[in-house]
Amino acid sequence: MATIRFTSHLVRHRPAPMFTAAGATVAEVLQAGLADDPLLRGYVQDEQGRLRKHVNIYLDGALIRDRLRLSDAVGPASELYVLQALSGG
Amino acid sequence: MATLWVGSRKGLFRFDRAAEGWQQVGKPAFLAAPVTFVLDDPRDGALYVALSHGHFGCKLHRSDDRGATWVELPTPAFPKSDAPDAPALELIWSIVPAGADRPGALWLGTIPGGLFSSTDRGESWVLCSSLWNRPERSRWVGGGYDHAGIHSILVDPRDSAHVTLAVSTGGVWITRDGGDSWALGGQGLRADYMPPGQQHEPLFQDVHLLAAPACDPDRMWCQHHCGIFVSDDGGMTFRESLDVAPSAFGFAVAAHPQNRDRAWFAPAVKDECRVPVDAKLVVTETQDGGKRFTTHRNGLPQTEAYDLIYRHALVVDSSGAHLAMGSTTGNLWASDNSGENWQQLSTTLPPIAALAFAP
Repeated sequence: MATIRFTSHLVRHRPAPMFTAAGATVAEVLQAGLADDPLLRGYVQDEQGRLRKHVNIYLDGALIRDRLRLSDAVGPASELYVLQALSGG
Repeated sequence: MATLWVGSRKGLFRFDRAAEGWQQVGKPAFLAAPVTFVLDDPRDGALYVALSHGHFGCKLHRSDDRGATWVELPTPAFPKSDAPDAPALELIWSIVPAGADRPGALWLGTIPGGLFSSTDRGESWVLCSSLWNRPERSRWVGGGYDHAGIHSILVDPRDSAHVTLAVSTGGVWITRDGGDSWALGGQGLRADYMPPGQQHEPLFQDVHLLAAPACDPDRMWCQHHCGIFVSDDGGMTFRESLDVAPSAFGFAVAAHPQNRDRAWFAPAVKDECRVPVDAKLVVTETQDGGKRFTTHRNGLPQTEAYDLIYRHALVVDSSGAHLAMGSTTGNLWASDNSGENWQQLSTTLPPIAALAFAP
C-alpha cells in the first residue's frame, strides 16, 4: 500500500488526512484513496484527471514525470507527497 | 438592515448598514482565497461563493445560514476527453437564480465558455451541450483571459425559459426554450478592434457586461469593449450611445430595476490603460435611455485615483436608491441617493472582484 500525505496549505481549505491505498500508478492510488472524497481529489487533479498546473506530487522523493495521466509507477511501499508549486502563489 | 457582500482577492467580507451607517461585520470568510463571484439568492436566502485558488482550482461553496457556516459543492466539469488540451474549469464567472418559478435551480457561467445548470442548489451541475456544441463557439476568443467566458446571464422574470447570455468574446446569445436552442443576437454592436468588414459581426463582440431592468427585461444595457449600447428587444439589436463623457469604455453597468431608462456605468480610459480619466474616479448615469449622461463624482476620489471597477463590482439594490462600488485598489463606496453622492466604506480592502446586495 502506498502512503499519501498532503501539504498543510491544502488542509487549510479541506481536511486531507494521510491515507494509504493500493495502485500501480499515481493515478490509481489517487483514485482508490480519494474515492470517498471526490471534492478533495479536485484540489489535486482537474476534471480531465490531469495534475493541476500549480500542484506537484513527489513520488519517493522525486517529482512525478507524467502530469497528464499520472502514470508514474508506484511501488507497494511508495510514499507520495502532494504539495503546492511556488508557481501558483 | 441592509447587507452588502464583498468578494475580494483575499476572501469574502460582509458589510451591514445599521443606524450608525455601514460597518464591516465579523471576519472575512475564505481569508486569502480569491472570490470570483457572490450570489445572494432571493428565493431561499442561500449564499453562493465562487473561489479561484491559485494552486487548487476553482471551488464553489454555499451557506444556508447567511455565512455562519459553509458547505463545499461540486464544481461544474467539462466533458471527459483524452486530448491534452481538453477543457477544464478555469473560472466561475457568474451564478444566477434560474427563475422564481424554479426553486433551487441555478445557471452558472465559466471560463472556458461553458453554461452549466443545476436543479438542486448546486449539488450537481450539467453542461448546456446545446450551446457548448454550437459550431460558432470555436470562434469565441478570450477577452483578457486565455479562453472565452460567460459573465452575464439574464433570466427573464416573465418567462424563466428565456435566458440571455453575454460572452467575452463571443457576443450575445438568447434561448427561449430553457437552453434547448440558441440564437445569436447583438446586431448593432461594434468591435473596432476587428478588421474592416468584420467590426459589426455579432459573433466577434466583446460584451463586458449585460444588464436589464426588472421592470422591463426587453431593455438591455451593454457595457462593451468599444462603447455603451442599448437594446429594446431583449438583446437582438442594439443602438450605440454616442458622445459619452468622460469615456464610454468600462466593464461595469448597473440597470435601475424600476426605471428602464436609468443605468450607471464606471468609465475608464480605453483601452489597455484602464484607469479613471484624468485620475478622477466617477460614475456616469443616464436617465433618458442612453441619450445623455450625467457624471457623479461627489464622494469619489478626484486626485490621483487609479481604481478600476470590475464588471461585477458596481451593483444596485432592488429599490434603485442604493448602489455600491468596489475597486481593484480595494476601495469600497456606497450611495444612498442613486449615485448622486458616495460614501467611502473602506480604503483598505483587497482588490474587489464582485459585490452583491442582500435582497
